[in-house]
Amino acid sequence: MKILVPVTEVTTVEDEFEIEGTAIADRYLGADLNEWDEYAIEEAVQLQEAGLADEIVTVTIGPDDCEQTIRQALAKGPDRAIRVWDDALADVDLLDVGLKSQILAAVVDAEEPDLVLSGVQSGDDSFGATGVTLADAVGYEWAAVVNHLAHDFDDDTASVRRELEGGVEELTDVELPAVLTIQTGINEPRYASLRGIRQAQRKPLEVQDLADLGIDADGLESALTLEEMAEPESETDVTVWEGDADETAAELADLLREKGVAQ
Amino acid sequence: MSAVLAVADHRRGELRDVSYELLTAGRALADDVGADLHVAVISGTVDDFAAKLDRDGVDAVHTVDYGEEFDHGVYTQTTVQLATELEAQYVLTPNSVNGLDYAPAVASRLDVPIVTDTVALESDGDELRATREMYGGKVETTVSLSGPAVVTIRGAEWPAAEGTGDATIEAFDPDIDEDALGATVTGFEEVAGGDVDISDADVLVSVGRGIDEEENLELIHELADALEATVSSSRPIVDSGWLPKNRQVGQSGKVVTPDVYIAIGISGAVQHVAGMKGSETIVAINTDPNAPIMDIADYAIQDDLFDVVPALTEQFQ
Ligand SMILES: Cc1cc2nc3c(=O)[nH]c(=O)nc-3n(C[C@H](O)[C@H](O)[C@H](O)COP(=O)(O)OP(=O)(O)OC[C@H]3O[C@@H](n4cnc5c(N)ncnc54)[C@H](O)[C@@H]3O)c2cc1C
Ligand SMILES: Nc1ncnc2c1ncn2[C@@H]1O[C@H](COP(=O)(O)O)[C@@H](O)[C@H]1O
Repeated sequence: MKILVPVTEVTTVEDEFEIEGTAIADRYLGADLNEWDEYAIEEAVQLQEAGLADEIVTVTIGPDDCEQTIRQALAKGPDRAIRVWDDALADVDLLDVGLKSQILAAVVDAEEPDLVLSGVQSGDDSFGATGVTLADAVGYEWAAVVNHLAHDFDDDTASVRRELEGGVEELTDVELPAVLTIQTGINEPRYASLRGIRQAQRKPLEVQDLADLGIDADGLESALTLEEMAEPESETDVTVWEGDADETAAELADLLREKGVAQ
Repeated sequence: MSAVLAVADHRRGELRDVSYELLTAGRALADDVGADLHVAVISGTVDDFAAKLDRDGVDAVHTVDYGEEFDHGVYTQTTVQLATELEAQYVLTPNSVNGLDYAPAVASRLDVPIVTDTVALESDGDELRATREMYGGKVETTVSLSGPAVVTIRGAEWPAAEGTGDATIEAFDPDIDEDALGATVTGFEEVAGGDVDISDADVLVSVGRGIDEEENLELIHELADALEATVSSSRPIVDSGWLPKNRQVGQSGKVVTPDVYIAIGISGAVQHVAGMKGSETIVAINTDPNAPIMDIADYAIQDDLFDVVPALTEQFQ
């Protein structure tokens, strides 16, 4: 079985930041591997360790700068990586779900994986929709928000649990090939070992542009345009206590006593 | 006349609250574009559901009597057929776990864009402007798109529709390709049971990823003991196995409404807030002045929990 794991580098934001136009100023931004994708990678690696998967390929749509994040993903076990980028994408300020899925679909067509494990959502844009859109685009089955995957694929079926709201889980059998969107908590992602980090430097990382994938770059654009960005307004009249920890703790203690706590 | 099509959510015999909120969001959008508001309810006791969904502002309810529970293949095929027949400008669904299991497929099949987890919507007939959050709720963005779209709405952002409407209620008979139904629901299970029910507690000391390491949880237990309070947490603490699932507050955990909720090192992501917003008094202890929890807190200490928590415990010893 071959597993494809689409991973994304998420943009992280410092505590204090400033918005310039429709973006947060660069100097407040950092980057990391998407939290949900760490769990997807771990699940794939565990399937490989269990002898159920032969090959794990990761794919990222992203510019040069995200190679370090891809190596971070490779250090946890996948065999090779594909990075898709194109000058035509550089001007698109927001990669919408349809556009991302169209590109990922071309990779799925070329790689023909049996199983695609994406994250439930990306921690920055949080569309939560790329996995299922991709599944439909390539004609695969799917399941969204999977927090358990049985490690046998009898009858070419994946038995999964989908985590619904309010502590209820749905048990579902999904025909392969399929895309599963992986929820945090499904496993315990490992830390990359020093050996893993060293090996990751030597693993194949192939860069493809849109032409390589047979996608026409002309007229390619995001269906969504980012128009505004603002800090949300506070919904409450919050009282912020000032001072050192002893002072603020004393204020809070007074409030708690007033409310009858620990009396 | 064009149409807005809203697809209700239900589970195990009950319409979910967000379905009524969807009617409000759908009506407003239908007014924006001069359209009728059509509602679809798929599977289960659809006639009973339709009577409940016939509230003020609903023009038509389409009942689809096919199966009992949510099946994403049935929902996808039905919604695509109905949207096509109605020439719907917008298809609206809740941004629920099930919504995210079929709305993207509907958008893909209709070949229209999708915008998820929206908190405000506005349309001039062609251009849709949708407000949604980014970076874990640190900023709010407005995105625009033109032409038809699939839109999912966040729960508890629109008020529930009220009253009784005079919608036409009609059965819709979809043409379901059963060979294409490749996912089969085999059952449900309740998790997060156990000895403690955090939803009974009057005071919750709730801990998040800011605690950093499992050993540090000791500080939280000491505080809870001093306050005679119960310990709860955000999801990453449970994901890491540091506390059992029955301590998790939020969308996929428990909904709690204590007198006092003390959020320590919790950012206040929407899925967390969904479980604790109804608390009487919310106190946040967080180093980040821009954490979304600060926007819903009544009292806040913007400081390091490793300084504040021991100092607070000491106050009660
Ligand atoms: C489908 C779905 C369902 C989900 N269900 C739930 C759910 O039921 N419950 C839930 O909680 N989440 C849920 N989540 C996850 C949610 O999106 C967030 O990832 C999660 O709530 C974040 O937890 P956190 O606030 O503890 O961590 P973070 O977001 O990482 O926040 C940590 C906070 O600690 C602060 N901090 C760091 N160090 C210190 C310090 N020394 N002193 C004080 N403050 C400090 C930081 O400023 C930050 O605000 C769900 C997500 C999805 C997609
Ligand atoms: N730029 C990208 N490159 C590769 N995969 C992506 C990208 N963006 C999102 N994904 C995948 O889609 C999942 C959900 O992302 P989203 O729909 O943006 O919330 C992520 O967890 C990834 O698995």
